[in-house]
Formats: sequence, C-alpha cells, structure tokens
Amino acid sequence: MATTHTPESNVKIQDISPTRVKARRVAGRGLLYTLATMFALFAALPFAWMVLTVFKTNEDLYNPQNNPFIYNQPPTLDNLRLLWNDTNFPTFVANTLIVALLVVIITVVVVVPAAYSLVRLSSRWGESLGMLIFLVYLVPPTLLFIPMTGIIADLGLQNSKYAMVLVYPTFTIPFCTWLLMGFMRNFPWEIEEQAMIDGYSRLQAIWKTVIPIIIPGILTVIIFSFTLTLHEFVYSLAFVQASSDKTLSVGVFTELIRGDAYFWQSLMAAAAVIAFPVAFVYNMFLDRFVQGFTVGAVKG
Amino acid sequence: MTARTASPSVAKAPREERYTFDNERVLGPLMLAPAIIYIVALVGFPLVLAVLYAFSTATAGDPRIDSWDDFVGLRNFRAVLNDGVFTKALRNTIFFTLASQAIVIVLANILSQIMLADFPGKKIFRFLVMLPWTTPIALSVLGWFWIFDSVYSPIDWLMRQMNLLGPGTMFGPARNMYWLGETELAQGAVLMIHVWRTLPLATVILLGGLTSIPNDINEAADIDGAGFWRKLFYIRLPLLLPIMAIAMLFSMIFTFTDLTVSLVLTRGGPVNDTQVLSSWAYFKGIQGGNLSQGAAVALFMLPVLIAIAIGMLRLARRGAND
Repeated sequence: MATTHTPESNVKIQDISPTRVKARRVAGRGLLYTLATMFALFAALPFAWMVLTVFKTNEDLYNPQNNPFIYNQPPTLDNLRLLWNDTNFPTFVANTLIVALLVVIITVVVVVPAAYSLVRLSSRWGESLGMLIFLVYLVPPTLLFIPMTGIIADLGLQNSKYAMVLVYPTFTIPFCTWLLMGFMRNFPWEIEEQAMIDGYSRLQAIWKTVIPIIIPGILTVIIFSFTLTLHEFVYSLAFVQASSDKTLSVGVFTELIRGDAYFWQSLMAAAAVIAFPVAFVYNMFLDRFVQGFTVGAVKG
Repeated sequence: MTARTASPSVAKAPREERYTFDNERVLGPLMLAPAIIYIVALVGFPLVLAVLYAFSTATAGDPRIDSWDDFVGLRNFRAVLNDGVFTKALRNTIFFTLASQAIVIVLANILSQIMLADFPGKKIFRFLVMLPWTTPIALSVLGWFWIFDSVYSPIDWLMRQMNLLGPGTMFGPARNMYWLGETELAQGAVLMIHVWRTLPLATVILLGGLTSIPNDINEAADIDGAGFWRKLFYIRLPLLLPIMAIAMLFSMIFTFTDLTVSLVLTRGGPVNDTQVLSSWAYFKGIQGGNLSQGAAVALFMLPVLIAIAIGMLRLARRGAND
C-alpha cells in the first residue's frame, strides 16, 4: 500500500493529483483482492480438498502418477453410498442428534431462568456473577476429562451416549447464560411490570411478556448449544469406546480409519457432510458469538 | 444498569405480594440454582478431583478415592517428570502456543483490515475465512491429515512436477516428503493448523474492536494528513491494544489446551515430537488407564490458565472503569 511522506502539518488535499489518487486506489484494490484470495484459499483448502476427494474412484485416487487436482476418471457417488450403507455413519448421526437434542433442552431449561435471575432479580453482583459463570466456559475439557472419566465410570455411564448428555451442559450452560444475559440487558422491563400491575404473578408475567420477546435470544442459545455439541471431541473420545454410542466427531475419526486401511473418500465425505451445515448455521450467528466474547471485556 | 437497579423498588411499592414466587429474594436464587448446581457439581467438583487424582493412585479400573491410603504424595509427579516425554510435551505446548499466537496476531490484523473493506462477494469471503473456526476441529483436521498423506499428498505431487522432489532433485531422492513423519515438518504442520484454526476467532474479536473506534477520530487523522501506516501505528493499534489482548488470551487458551490437532494429525508422533500436555495426559490417563498420572500431566496446564483468567478479569475491569 502506498504511503504518503508529506509532513503531517500543512498538507493540502488539493495537492494530490486526481490520477495519483486513482492509481493509488487501483493499487489498493489490487492488494486487497490478492490478500483476500490468499486468506480464503488458506482457510478453505482442507474443505476444498475433502469435496474433491469424495467423488473420486479408487483407481483415480490411489495412483501417485495421476494429477490429484482433477478428475482423471468420471466422478462417482459410490463413496457416499458406501458411507451411508456400509459404515456406522448413520448410527453416529442418530447418536449425535439425540445427544444434541437433549443437551439443547437441558441448556434452555437451565439457562433462561438463570439469565433472568442474574439480570433482573439480583442487584449489583448479578453482572459479576455472570462474568464468573462465563469464565467457567474457559475451563478446558482437557483439564477435566480425566476426573470426569472417573465420575462417569462411578455413575455407570461409561460407553453410553448419556455420559455426553450429562457432561456437555457444563460448557453450554456457562456460555449460553452469558449470551442470554446480553439479550436481556436492554429488555424493556416496563412491559413485565405492567403485566404484574394488571394482576399477573411474576411467573405468569415472565411467561406472557418476557419469553415471547427474548425468543431470538433463546434461538441463539439453541443454535450454540447444538453447534458446541457437534464440535466437542475430547469428552466423547474419553467416555465412549463402543461404536453403538459414538457421536460423529469421534466416530468418523476412530471408525472410518481402520488400522492402515483408509477409506479416504468416505472419510472425507463424512467430514464434509457434517462440517458444511454446521459452518453455515454457526456463521449466521457468529456476530452473537463474538459479542458474547467481547461485551464484558470492551464495554463492561 | 441504572434502569435495572431502580425498577424493582418502583415495581414493589404499590403491590402487595399475592403470589409466593413474587418474592424476589426467593425467586432470584431459585431460578439461578440449577445453573449453579450444575456448574459446582460437574465443573467445580471435577476440578477439585483433578488435583486430588494427581496425588492419588486412581486408575481407570478403580477411580475412587476412598481413604487416605489412596494418596501417594508427589509420586505421580516424580514418575511423570522422569519419563522424557513429559519435558517434550511441555516444551511443544509452550512452543506451539507462543509461535502460533505471534503469527495469528499479525495475520489477524491484516485479515480484519480486509474485512473492514467493502467488496463484491464479501459474504462468501467471510463464510470461507471463518470455516476453520465454525467447523468441528476433529473433522477439519482430517482434511489436513489427507493433504499431508505420506504417499498421495498433493503438495508432494506439485513438488514432483516442479522437479523439487524425486530422484536427483533438491528434496530427493525420496518421492515423498513424509510431512507427518519428520520432526520439523510435523511440528510445522501442527503449528500451521493452530494458526489456521484460531485466526478467524482472533480476527472477529479484533473486528468487533475496530468497528467501535469512533469514525471522527479517523476523519480527524485524515484531515491532519496521517497516512495509512501512521494511522495504523498511532491510532488503531493503541486503541486496539485491549481488544487485541482479549483476542490473544482467548485463542491462547484454545491453543494451549488443545488435544485434537496433535491427536488426530500425528497422535503425538513422530517419536512424541508433537506431543503436547493434553495429548500426553490422554495417552497416560485414558489410553493407559493411569488416571492419576494423566491428571498430574494435565495439572501443569492449570497455572497458565489461572494466569490467563486473571489477565482477562483485569482487562474486563479496566474496560468497565473507562
């Protein structure tokens, strides 16, 4: 990018000729597009490679002489069929959906009253306690997974998907409480007060006025407890060794690689089929995620 | 803030309490209780247990600590420190964290500048650059795993085409680089994936800070004739320093405690050269069934995490006071 070496004082904007301005703008745009392309390629590379691999035949893929960037043989859907019909992939999908659904329900049921209580019913310490709860989200699974394995074994939940249902809310609840508090901070509480003056009890007032208005917040909570569940890898790796109860993130990694025999196309298909929808949903709500991360730090 | 503290007293005054749950002193704690109980029981308790395990004889077969006899003092730490792998894991963890974050902070500043600009296709661009963060890491690392394959790596193919690899060439005579089989290459691959993974997070946090810089500061600087670099170093960076610190602290936590990259990509290899604290804790504690030694390894992450948490609270308090 071009720099101006004019001293900061006494500069006259008219001194810069229109052609120079234009040249600088073109150069700036050129640099912008070049950098943007490089970043996008870097970020998308493994996913592009997955998608390219999925539709390749074995003879095409496993020949080191072949150009790996093109289809040397016509693309095929066989690998997707193999994934769906001859592997445990459908079981992993079902398990993941069951775990995610239950985690979402637990999270919403716990988080909505908690956030309401912290924002509305507690005085000064509510905000600080909310911040502390958010910090719990940052306690990493890799610090807790070993004692957690002991607890799960003690409860007789080893090798069960319900171990994950029990443990995943430990990170969805802290994160989503903080997220929902953000939605409630600017809530027009007069509406709720009016309902109570009109004779509703507080619980009725919450149900009739607060819940309908914070539906977008609850939706965000649902999305994030769902995606965080799909992202999780450490706990499920530690808890579940039985194929029947594995979820996607661990199942794909442990079962589609069998010893030294790889089913690369089906493996890539499994990864891509899950990764893209998750990315799509996450991306829509990304701004909310970032707000959750920065609100306490930037604005207090 | 002010509205909230004022309103309950206003609301309470005209109304007698007709319903049990209208009492805020009862309802408040009651609504908060499930969240607190969950956190205390399944984060607080395991955290205490993590410390206790490290000083005990707990194994996967017998995870319970029933009596004082189960405590063995520093024996686990001695055992852990005496096998050479632990030192490697500690060194690698620190190296991966510091090196990746140094690269991320530079790249995140560039990428956030790009994302401030307007250009066609920006929504797709954002979707693409966010992919490393929005997709499950265990799945995306599989994509890298295949790219670094020992035989079918597309990088190797390109290098062979350019006569850089194969008999009689610069990197020859082998026909493959064996990216994940050579110490430096495997470490480079793990480092790169950590950069790849946390860059989007650092960028969007930074972007949140950038968009909050008041526009008139920029305009004033423009009028004073400040160029791009001058504005960058004298206005944007100083104003952004707190938010950059936040971005760094968050992505540091994720890199420092990450298990997935090392485990899925290299399983800690070759010869433990990409082993990190969390992966070594996994191999010892879960795969080896020695919960207590695994806990001892993982416990070495705690001081750093506490330091990061304190740093974060300080920044938050400073932000609140400004």
